[in-house]
Amino acid sequence: MKIGVDVGGTNTDAVIVGPQGVAGWNKTPTTRDVTAGIVGAIRAAMTEAGIGPAAMDGVMIGTTQFTNAVIERRSLLPVGVLRLALPATSAVPPLTDWPEDLVAAVGRHVALVGGGYEFDGRPIAPLDEKAVAEAARGWAKAGLRTAAITSVFSPMNGAMEARAAEIVRKEVPDMAISLSSELGQFGLLPRENSTIINAALSDLAVRVVAAFRAALHDLGLDVPLFISQNDGTLMRVEDVERYPVLTFASGPTNSMRGAVHLAGIEDAMVVDIGGTTSDIGMLRKGFPRQSTHFVDVGGVKTNFRMPDVLAVGLGGGSVVREDGRRIGPDSVGFELTERALCFGGDTLTATDIAVAGGWAEVGDRALVSDLPAATIAAARAEMRRIVETNVERMKTEARDLPLLVVGGGAILVDWDVATASEVVRPPHSGVANAVGAAIAQVAGEVERVVAITEANRTAVLDEAKQEACGNAIRAGATAGSVEVIEVEQVPISYLPGNPSRLRVKAVGNLPI
Amino acid sequence: MNLELQDVDDLCTGAAFLGAGGGGDPHIGGLMVKQQLRAGRRIEIVDPDTLADDALVMPTAMMGAPTVLLEKIPSGEEPLRALRCVEEALGRRATATMPTEVGGINSTIPLYVGARLGLPVVDADGQGRAFPELQMETFAIEGVACTPMGIADEKGDYATICTDDPHRMEWIARGITIRCGGVAYFSNYPMSGAEVRRASVKHTLTLARRIGHIIRTARSRRQDPFEELEAFIATTSYGAARRIFSGKVVDLDRQTLEGFTRGAVTIAPDRGPGRPCVITFQNENLVARAGGDLLALVPDIITVLDVETAVPITNETLRYGQRVMVMAVRVPEIMRSPAALRQFGPAAFGLDEIYEPLAL
Repeated sequence: MKIGVDVGGTNTDAVIVGPQGVAGWNKTPTTRDVTAGIVGAIRAAMTEAGIGPAAMDGVMIGTTQFTNAVIERRSLLPVGVLRLALPATSAVPPLTDWPEDLVAAVGRHVALVGGGYEFDGRPIAPLDEKAVAEAARGWAKAGLRTAAITSVFSPMNGAMEARAAEIVRKEVPDMAISLSSELGQFGLLPRENSTIINAALSDLAVRVVAAFRAALHDLGLDVPLFISQNDGTLMRVEDVERYPVLTFASGPTNSMRGAVHLAGIEDAMVVDIGGTTSDIGMLRKGFPRQSTHFVDVGGVKTNFRMPDVLAVGLGGGSVVREDGRRIGPDSVGFELTERALCFGGDTLTATDIAVAGGWAEVGDRALVSDLPAATIAAARAEMRRIVETNVERMKTEARDLPLLVVGGGAILVDWDVATASEVVRPPHSGVANAVGAAIAQVAGEVERVVAITEANRTAVLDEAKQEACGNAIRAGATAGSVEVIEVEQVPISYLPGNPSRLRVKAVGNLPI
Repeated sequence: MNLELQDVDDLCTGAAFLGAGGGGDPHIGGLMVKQQLRAGRRIEIVDPDTLADDALVMPTAMMGAPTVLLEKIPSGEEPLRALRCVEEALGRRATATMPTEVGGINSTIPLYVGARLGLPVVDADGQGRAFPELQMETFAIEGVACTPMGIADEKGDYATICTDDPHRMEWIARGITIRCGGVAYFSNYPMSGAEVRRASVKHTLTLARRIGHIIRTARSRRQDPFEELEAFIATTSYGAARRIFSGKVVDLDRQTLEGFTRGAVTIAPDRGPGRPCVITFQNENLVARAGGDLLALVPDIITVLDVETAVPITNETLRYGQRVMVMAVRVPEIMRSPAALRQFGPAAFGLDEIYEPLAL
């Protein structure tokens, strides 16, 4: 049995997932120290399932704590920023275009030194080891405890970054160091941004992981602990201490992956209805279609992609006006249980419509019994129109697909959707997020620039695929379960020898 | 006119629009320019019609692989060095710089040079959009000498190229660029003020800025950005812009051949069956067809925009499933002469179709 947990800003959800599906679940308010909320939710879910800690094989946690810390500019450390690139890149120094308040949080301890690679692997300049050591001594004097190191073209060759880290450690032995080459992906500035943010989170990462471990200890759970990362796969908890930034976009991915598991359908549209908005996305072969845009966190462009989801203003707390003809986009949000009519409040919400119409059972139906049937019908039609139009917008193929409805607001839906072949509201749809965490796989990735010709194409692709599979196995996947799920080849123009940027991703199951 | 911070973002968006799917992402160039403005430097945009006849204008630009630029950002000294090469060769100082290519990243390099050297930037260019090679310039078509050309990299290495033949210049400079690590910065086609007026596509920097402004603000003003773009472009020397297709990207074939990104994107219509639109590109979009119909053809600009935001989508960021609007823009008269069409018309890209300017 596995335990999936989703630590959100408002609620902490826990589910127990076994071979027969969801055995128990719970939703608890997120607590300030996080640990208590996790302990409470897991304990209640285990009680509901009637299964004790001894039967558990692993805990998987999805969390928004790191994202929120960056957005709210709290728990961030000042960072020593080192870029190995001179004489190149000085026209756009690190932290350019960052919001001022975020720069204030991480400081402006920037050093550009000689180093970096060309696209073909030749060094731009030899690594200026003296300058690296000097920068490190300056940071030590300024009391910095963490550093971010980025070199030009390091996704192809991380050697200079590794050597620079060695030099920094020699000068300042306990410096926590983030290397851009371990955060992948081409694009110097977004990769550097992610590396700096990662370094700034290094203290919080240690504290959060300690809180997770404390929660497991309190529960008597002596099992492996994994954390959800951006692409919906899992990372080992000791890796989160070093690379918290990899958790940034895990939320939407988990909820869509959870929907796949709960509904048992792999090609579908998904609508995740929350309190204020609905996220609409598309699943292909069980995975969310990715956005072409990089994730912007707290005003900074990172190098992470997230699922292509469209957020529309329809949620359980959406305010209903004009006799039901207008819904949202404003919402009573987390105050639903105080302000919605069916909870004794004074605001007509989308939830009240579902309760009055008799297809949802929350609050007190008697409190909404005098709503006119015409208002209920009009609001129901409007909700349906919002979902229909936007499902159509997000769909990339002509044929109609099933629509999976998940999230706390899934109770709003009892209607058909003309743009979907069927509407599926799977059981436990309210905790799809935590389910997505519980069932996640582990991944391995490879990215490089290679010259691809007709003659070597198969060999080059095979080698990259094997390496990606190897990386997945090193991340904890069982060898037999690993498969390649993504091959992206983008040609680089204006260079001889047909070079392409090649990215291969493989995923596999954990041995539990 | 002095360029302000917000103008830079608008200009970059407009430059991507005029890039016709290519030209390289102006984002990094925009950051370089904004960095200069924040440091207190000024960028003055001047109308070509007000230039003194004996002004000496030295265009500046980058060449090579935009993908490499995303990693190896310039030091900023390269284009300055390239311009100095031309000054040394001519024994005269530049009085202004200008773009060779308004589409894509090359709209931003002269702005950076202008800020660094305190030179005004002429509101004009030699392509009116983006094209892949250095001889594809109205400057060449109108008989401006293409060299001396200065070319430089971030290591401080530089070369001066002298030839009468724009094709030879392209060929030699392309080879040097590879040795420079895939990107290099250059200055060529040095011109007098009178030559700029005769041989350039005028007012294209302000055109890019206005296009970007419309795209950024139309929605908040509750206007349809596509309608506004059409109405605005109709008032410029381009004279005509039209939505030619909208739908979803359903197929994408992209590969490098001889250093160019070649391929095609297929867009299925929004609703119902209908004929899909196929856009063929070589770095930039060359031709849009639907069934047997020709929708638009190079040198007219074919540009793919996000259907919601109207933000331009370059061929490097095209993806399966994107919902897009395709717009075509007729190029100004100077780009439609028989000599111009020989340089960058359909035949220059191996296409058999006969060019007819986009009609409204």
